[in-house]
Amino acid sequence: MKRRLIPFFLLAALLLPLLASCHGSRDSRAFELPETFDLTRRYEITFWAKNDTNKTQADIYEKAIADFEALYPEIRVVLRSYTDYGQIFNDVITNLATGTTPNVCITYPDHIATYLTGENTVVPLDLLMEDGRCGLGGSELRFSSPKKEEIVGKFLGECAFAGHTYALPFMRSTEACYINKTYVEKLGYTLPETLTWDFVWEVSEAAMQKDGEGNYLVNGQKVMIPFIYKSTDNMTITWLAQKDAPYSTSSGEIGIFSSETEAFLREVFAHAATGAFSTFKISSYPANFLNAGQCIFAVDSTAGSTWMGSDAPLVDIDRERIVPFETAVMTVPQLDPENPKMISQGPSLCLFGKKDPQEVLASWLFMQYLLTNGVQIAYSETEGYLPVTETALADPAYQDYLARAGEDNALHYPVKIAAVRLLRENIGRTFVTPVFNGSASLRDAAGQLVENVVKSARRRETADDAYFKKLYRDVAALKKLDRIGKPIGGDLGPLPKASVVFLSLLGAVWIGIAAVFLSGKLREKRRKNKKSIEK
Amino acid sequence: MKKFCILVLAFVLAMSAMSACAKTEDAAMTYAQFEAAALQSKVTVETYVQAKQGWWEDNGVGVASFYTQNEDGAYFLYNMPCSKEDYDKLVPGTKIRVNGVKSMWPEVNGEIEITEATYKIDTSKTWTASAKDVTSLLGTDALIKEMNKFVSFKGMTVEAYNDKGDAFNYKWDGSGKQGDDLYFKVSVGGKTYTFTVESYLCGKDTDVYKAVEALKVGDKIDMEGFLYWYEGANPHITSVAAAK
Repeated sequence: MKRRLIPFFLLAALLLPLLASCHGSRDSRAFELPETFDLTRRYEITFWAKNDTNKTQADIYEKAIADFEALYPEIRVVLRSYTDYGQIFNDVITNLATGTTPNVCITYPDHIATYLTGENTVVPLDLLMEDGRCGLGGSELRFSSPKKEEIVGKFLGECAFAGHTYALPFMRSTEACYINKTYVEKLGYTLPETLTWDFVWEVSEAAMQKDGEGNYLVNGQKVMIPFIYKSTDNMTITWLAQKDAPYSTSSGEIGIFSSETEAFLREVFAHAATGAFSTFKISSYPANFLNAGQCIFAVDSTAGSTWMGSDAPLVDIDRERIVPFETAVMTVPQLDPENPKMISQGPSLCLFGKKDPQEVLASWLFMQYLLTNGVQIAYSETEGYLPVTETALADPAYQDYLARAGEDNALHYPVKIAAVRLLRENIGRTFVTPVFNGSASLRDAAGQLVENVVKSARRRETADDAYFKKLYRDVAALKKLDRIGKPIGGDLGPLPKASVVFLSLLGAVWIGIAAVFLSGKLREKRRKNKKSIEK
Repeated sequence: MKKFCILVLAFVLAMSAMSACAKTEDAAMTYAQFEAAALQSKVTVETYVQAKQGWWEDNGVGVASFYTQNEDGAYFLYNMPCSKEDYDKLVPGTKIRVNGVKSMWPEVNGEIEITEATYKIDTSKTWTASAKDVTSLLGTDALIKEMNKFVSFKGMTVEAYNDKGDAFNYKWDGSGKQGDDLYFKVSVGGKTYTFTVESYLCGKDTDVYKAVEALKVGDKIDMEGFLYWYEGANPHITSVAAAK
C-alpha cells in the first residue's frame, strides 16, 4: 500500500512548485528610484488620456507632448485618447493581465484602488515627489515644475490613500446647479443666497402647473422637467455627506443602505412621480432641456459648463429650439446653507510600474510636465476646470482670463467662468468619498438607487417598506457589493441555500448509484465464490 | 435500490422541468399595440435580428444592442443582456421573443427602444428585412413611422460637414480619430441631413466605414441603414454606393 502511494507523492511534489510558480508569475518587482536618470538612452512612453469630446483638449495634449519632447528629445510620448473614463478603466484592467499598461494614465482614485489589487501596478509617488533632482520642483529638471507645496493641498490629499500618494491631481471640478433664473422669477420666487433642496423641490413642483391644453404655464410648452441631475451617484453621495449620514468607511464597510438613504430616496420618488424630477439616464442631458426652456435646475459638472445656457458655445439641440433666459450658476442644493458641501472630482494622473525603472522615471518627468502652468492654464480654459497648482492659479495670464468673463461667448463664456469661480471659492467645502477596492462599485450603486426609484415612480409602482428592502437587496447584488474590499478572484463566500440543496441532492444520487454498483459487484463476486466452492 | 435511484433521478428531473415551466409567457404584441403602449410599460414582441452592435461587459454582465424588425415594425433593443455565446448565435434573421420595457431616449424627440430586455431564441423561422426607400419621406412627419427599420436613401449629395469643407468628421465635432463614429451630411431636395456610421455597428474595417472615409463633397450616393432617432432622424448607415 505504501509503495502505491509513492507515485502520488512524487506527482504532488512535481506539481506543487509548478502551481506556486504560476501564481503571480508576472514581473512584480517594486519600483526603486534610480540614482540618476540615464539620458544617454531613448525612451518611448505611452500616455492614455481623456478628452471631453473636445478637439481643443486633444490639441492641448498634443502640444504638451510636442513641447515636452522638445525639452527631452530622448523621450517620445505616444498619446492614446479616450472620451470615457470607464473605457480607460476597462482597458487598464485588460492590460494589467498582460503587463501592457500605459506608462502615464488619466485616472480616478477609485480606479487606482482596483488597479492596486494587482502587485506593484501603480507606482507610489512618495519617493519620486521628494527627490531633490527629478522630484517636484527638482533641480535637474529642464522645466519649471511645481513644488509639492505648490499643488493645492486639498487636491493632492485626494490622491493619497492606503499610506501612499498614488496620483497627482491634473484638473479639478465640482458640480454646479445651472438655473433658469428667468423662470424662477416668473414663478414668483427669488433665488436664495445658497440654494437648498427644499427650495429646488418647491419651485420644481410649482413649475408643474399646466393650462387647459396641457401646456406648462411657466414655458408654454408640452415638456417641462424642472429638476434634472446628471450624475445620480454624486446626487446620493452629496446628499448623504450633507446629512452626515453613512456612506462607507475607508476600509470598505458599507453604510449606504440606511434609513437616511431611504428618506432621501422617498423624497426623490415623490418628485419623480409628479414629473418634477428626472435624471440624465432617463431623460437625457440636462443642458438640452435647460437650453430649450424645459428645465429650471440642471445639475452637472462645472466641466460641462460650456453646454449650459442659451448662449452656450456648445449645443446638442437645434439652435432653433433654444429659448433665451438668464442663467445663474450656484452650488448644488444644500441641506445646511451655513455649512455647504459639494463633491470634488476631476482627472488625476498615475504611473504604472515597469521592469525598467529608468522608463518609469522618464514617465514621471512627463507627468510632472502636465502640471506646469502652460498646460494647466490651457487645459482648464477649455471647460469649467480649475488648475490644481497655486502657481497656475496665481499666474497673471490665468487671472486675466478670469477677469475677462463675459467678453465673448467662447473662451470667456461667462457661465463657464462663473462655474470655475464657484469651485475656486469653495475648495475648502469640497469632499471626496473613501477609496478602497470596490469603492467604484459602491459609487455605481449610489446612482443606481436613484435611477431605480425614478423608474419605479414613473411606472406607478408603490414605494413601501418592502419596496426599499427589495431595492437595497437588488442593487447590492447587481453591483456585487457583498464582495467589496475582498481581493479580485478571492473567496466567493458561502453557496446560496438553493445551490447547497441541489448539490446535496446530486451528491445523494451519485452515492446511491455508487452503492447500487458496488452492491451489484459484491453480489456478483459472492456468486462467483459460491460457484467456485461448489465446483 | 435501482428503483430508488430511478425515483430520485425522476424527481430531480421533474423539479427542474417544473421550475422551467413555472412562468407562463405573455402574448406577443403587434407593432400597433407596441406603438400604442405607454412609455415605461412592459412589452413583449416577436421580432427578427437584423444587425447588432458590439458585445461588451457592463459590470460583469455581457450586453449588446440589436436592430430588430418583423413584418410590420422595427424595435431597437438597447443593451440587452446576453452571453457571448448567445450573441454569436443572434445573427441576422434569427427570430427572438423579447420581453422588456418600452423607453425613449432622449425623452423628447428621441429613439424608441426596448430596455431591460430579456429574450428567447426561436429556431422555427428566420426572416430578414429588405431596405425600404424612405428618401421621399425625409423632412416629413411621416418619417418617424419608419423608426428603427432597415431603410434606403437614393441619390443624395454629400455636403461639407464643417467650415473647413471636410466630407466627414470623426465624432460629431471632429474630436475623434479613425475607429470612432463617422458623421457626414447629405442633401436632397435642398435640405441637408446628418447621417452616422455607428462604430459599434460598423467598425473601421467595414466597407461602409471605408466608403464614407473616401467620400468627397458633391458625390452622389445611395445608402442603406437603420433609421435611428436622436433629436430627429439620425440613420445608422450600413452601406454606401455611388448613386445609380
